[in-house]
Amino acid sequence: MAASEGATESNLRHAFGNVLSFFILLLIGVLAFSIRLFSVIKYESVIHEFDPYFNYRVTQFLTKNGIYDFWNWFDDRTWYPLGRVIGGTVYPGLTLTAGTLWWILNSLNIPLSVETVCVFTAPTFSAIAAWATYLLTKEVKGTGAGLTAAALLAMVPSYISRSVAGSYDNEAVAIFALIFTFYLYIKTLNTGSLLYATLNAIAYFYMVCSWGGYTFIINLIPMHVLLCIVTGRYSSRLYIAYAPLVVLGTLLASLVPVVGFNAVMTSEHFASFLVFIVIHVVALAYYIKGILSPKMFKVAVTLVLAVGLVVCSAVIAVLIAMVASSPTKGWSGRSLSLLDPTYASKYIPIIASVSEHQPPTWPSYFMDINVLAFLVPAGIIACFLPLSDASSFMVLYIVTSVYFSGVMVRLMLVLAPAACIMSGIALSEAFDVFTRSIKCQLPGVSQNSQIDVGDSTSGSVVTQDEVVKTDKTEDSLKERPSKKNKKKERERERENVEKASIKTPIQKRLLVLPLESSVIALLLLVLLGAFYVVHCVWAAAEAYSAPSIVLTSRSHDGLHVFDDFREAYAWLSHNTEVDDKVASWWDYGYQTTAMANRTVIVDNNTWNNTHIATVGTAMSSPEKAAWEIFQSLDVKYVLVVFGGVVGYPSDDINKFLWMVRIGGGVFPHIKEPDYLRDGQYRIDSQATPTMLNCLMYKLSYYRFVETDGKGFDRVRGTEIGKKHFKLTHFEE
Amino acid sequence: MRKLFIIFIALISIQITLTNSFSPDNPTDRRILVLVDELALKSSHSVFFDSLQSRGFAIDFKLADDPTISLQRYGQYLYDGLILFSPTTERFGGSLDLAGVLEFVDSGHDLIVAADATASDLIRNTAAECGVDFDEDPSAMVIDHSSYAISESEGDHTLIASDDFIQSDVILGGTKIEAPVLFRGIGHSLNAANSLVLKVLSASPSAYSANTKSKLSNPPSLLGSAISLVSVVQARNNARIMITGSLSMFSNRLLKAGVQKAGSSDKYGKSGNEQFVTELSKWVFHERGHLKAVNVGHHKVGETDEPAMYRINDDLEYSVEMYEWSGKSWEPYVANDVQVQFFLMSPYVLKTLSTDQKGLYYTSFKVPDVYGVFQFKVEYQKLGYTGLSLSKQIPVRPFRHNEYERFITTAFPYYGASFSTMAGFFIFSILYLYHK
Repeated sequence: MAASEGATESNLRHAFGNVLSFFILLLIGVLAFSIRLFSVIKYESVIHEFDPYFNYRVTQFLTKNGIYDFWNWFDDRTWYPLGRVIGGTVYPGLTLTAGTLWWILNSLNIPLSVETVCVFTAPTFSAIAAWATYLLTKEVKGTGAGLTAAALLAMVPSYISRSVAGSYDNEAVAIFALIFTFYLYIKTLNTGSLLYATLNAIAYFYMVCSWGGYTFIINLIPMHVLLCIVTGRYSSRLYIAYAPLVVLGTLLASLVPVVGFNAVMTSEHFASFLVFIVIHVVALAYYIKGILSPKMFKVAVTLVLAVGLVVCSAVIAVLIAMVASSPTKGWSGRSLSLLDPTYASKYIPIIASVSEHQPPTWPSYFMDINVLAFLVPAGIIACFLPLSDASSFMVLYIVTSVYFSGVMVRLMLVLAPAACIMSGIALSEAFDVFTRSIKCQLPGVSQNSQIDVGDSTSGSVVTQDEVVKTDKTEDSLKERPSKKNKKKERERERENVEKASIKTPIQKRLLVLPLESSVIALLLLVLLGAFYVVHCVWAAAEAYSAPSIVLTSRSHDGLHVFDDFREAYAWLSHNTEVDDKVASWWDYGYQTTAMANRTVIVDNNTWNNTHIATVGTAMSSPEKAAWEIFQSLDVKYVLVVFGGVVGYPSDDINKFLWMVRIGGGVFPHIKEPDYLRDGQYRIDSQATPTMLNCLMYKLSYYRFVETDGKGFDRVRGTEIGKKHFKLTHFEE
Repeated sequence: MRKLFIIFIALISIQITLTNSFSPDNPTDRRILVLVDELALKSSHSVFFDSLQSRGFAIDFKLADDPTISLQRYGQYLYDGLILFSPTTERFGGSLDLAGVLEFVDSGHDLIVAADATASDLIRNTAAECGVDFDEDPSAMVIDHSSYAISESEGDHTLIASDDFIQSDVILGGTKIEAPVLFRGIGHSLNAANSLVLKVLSASPSAYSANTKSKLSNPPSLLGSAISLVSVVQARNNARIMITGSLSMFSNRLLKAGVQKAGSSDKYGKSGNEQFVTELSKWVFHERGHLKAVNVGHHKVGETDEPAMYRINDDLEYSVEMYEWSGKSWEPYVANDVQVQFFLMSPYVLKTLSTDQKGLYYTSFKVPDVYGVFQFKVEYQKLGYTGLSLSKQIPVRPFRHNEYERFITTAFPYYGASFSTMAGFFIFSILYLYHK
């Protein structure tokens, strides 16, 4: 009687718990979506930055011409005169996703413009990514950790920086795909179900479609499999999780035009095949071990080892010879710079020139993952108690992603989900321990199961109220994110975590801590979470929401908005012929084609180094030589971005040294020291004559002295070296 | 009715502007401004001017320092050609100056400059801007002691009889100029940096440029056949310029004079001047040697419509019609050296066009196995003719995904391998699962 009563109680409790987690997840989704809308509220609903403009243009083409034309799209408006085969060189996942969304909405008679869909794709997918995080963490450490991790991921600044509304880039959907692929892998590993294994391959396919970062998956999973094999954790579940992924995944990956034969040809994929062989050998060994007697098995092992070693060494020798014969050892430049951080700066200036390919600084860790950086070690420890296949995967994930984020600031994005999951686990475990200690020592509470049940039911009554309250909090948060709300937000956060911890099944031996220290520790943890929330909202509102095509500056008489970029592109589109070619540094290529609809010479898809070097050479040559280069490319207009008047630091003069380096890498007559005075880059009267006569200097500072009479550059903080000059081969 | 009338008026006015000014359809100049030092020149050079007028030119004489001179009004040029027969002018009247003359040429109009021994700095600078340097010594003249024109008074051998013409039927007309051309004036050399300027009439190897009055103290700076007597320039915009150091070679006196070259027994009753200056002025004012290209077209073999884009390895046909202006009408231009390039940074295809002798030039070729934004380019630069520079942009795309061969014969072993593996696996599974 008592037992059955207990069972219904526990059923009820589970039901409450499920409803509760459903609502919490819903709210997390709303939070993830709404925290990314600062950019729309503060600026307007526009596409941000550079690459998103290209994706936007591709999506427009897709929605207008259909998928087959998109697949076969040969774009003659970029990379003049070479053109670019867009369909075969672009990761289509994001475009297809947004295109499908637009198509669905339109067939439901919701007439949104393509731009609107593109702007809101990233926030939508970050909500989905938060849910995927919940699923993944739940597989690893249970519901409580899952909810905490999902809440953390919903507002981790690193991810916000790449997925604010308008930031329509591959990463927006790729992070979801990454987490979801990992989830399905862990799910397969836990269940051994072939269904999940197939779904896993499909999720991997989506990831391959979306982002070049898929190589991270196809290296991390084999590493984990190898780890499991080495530590003696081989099981048929592991085989089912891995073998279908490699076979189906590779087949599917090679269907993506941009990957194609790379899926079997490049060294990035090599590890997966090696481990594929290894896992089969191991599987065979286990099978043989099962059917043979131990003595026979020993004989067989020695036989196989002897023959196998010879064959293996022969195969490896051939492989090494093949790989070594290629100059880059079969690796692509970006991957090589991951393995050897100094590679890019030594050999490929075009990769090194991109700021997001630089190694991050310490403050950027604190900026991007904030308190998670301190919680991660605790999470790792929690993963070892006890170590399962799933938690070992998480440990491997965090370790590798920490390394990669240390090499390239862009890959901080891969670290963010791992850090969130780890911190989620840590927080959840900590709350679990503290609340349990409090519960055990509360006066009038004895250590029997009935009270335990009663306690938890009262707990759920309380949480129901809280759901209502948090609902309200969410609404007000959406309407106007002010400081008042943050307090409530903080409460909400704590409640989430508490609720999660309550539902965690209490099976472990009770670790009882003193009541006072538990309470204080709880408060401190809550405070920590509060700091995190405050920081995240600040980062989302202030740091990561600028669209970078609209600039703002604060001065004593209020906020100034510079819309010069869009004005310049509008000028181009209104005042030049349709077939005119515009030369600019490659940063502005995507925007020029998307906004001004003019043919450009180079753009942000840096597939042809020589072509970029040609433009770099033209920019760093004297006028006549530059004119000849541009003439050979049929260029009619040259676009330079100059921020010396308003103090916009990322203008072409500051990028100029990269033009010199990239140009000099292909055309040796451009030498970097010619542009430096005693190793210093300067544009004042001490600048070298080469510098003062190059096209970039002349175009940037032409008639600059007329602005203030002195020619004072507010970015470089100096007066320019050569003030009065005329353009001989170019016209303003 | 009234509406029709207005349209009619409009049509007429359009027609007037069409016929009265330089236009692509009628390249010959119509209105010419002649600037002279003194109006007496009008009669002393009347033969030359009459020949122009009889060919339909409207000539407007003005003194070079006339304050009412202006070449353009409201941004429109009033004249199509300019003849500077005012060697001594230091400053033009009105709004005209050196920059104005150069701008006139830069906008595609034609110019004849004649200097003589009294040439002013203004005229010298004008010539220098066109790539011609007159002898620096202001009193120097071209002297030739071996091929001077024998005249009644054995003078200082400054009246030269030259017959060293440029070999070009386009510039000097189809009929050969038999008699030597009489020249008295200053010589010039061509600026080596200017690749557009051509010698039309050169001095003989024994000529030199020096002051006739003073004794020759040091070797003259201009010597022999490096001295050009008459030069022409065809600018990149097809503006044509003629420069000569002798104003008198246009004069009635020299046009009518008989000539006998020293050391030669041939005696001509009339010098070659009239034919020379007439033919040359025909060239300068675009009555000859003006080409146009129309109906540039291309299409796939077997089709007639012009595609927006080609695929690699397409077969295409290219055609262009070229006509030459005869002074009155467009005649088919016949040549066998017109070439088309299929150009992407460098020519991938270079083919000589075949012609049907009626102005149509055509060829067909296969698009190279390279994709990108190509151009059909015809760069036709031939001595004396206006340059033709046609380019037409056309993108070339790679194969579509369904344009590759679906099944390749050489791959049959692989197809066989994969299908037999599938079948084998299927049979194996059945056997393994259901065989006891």
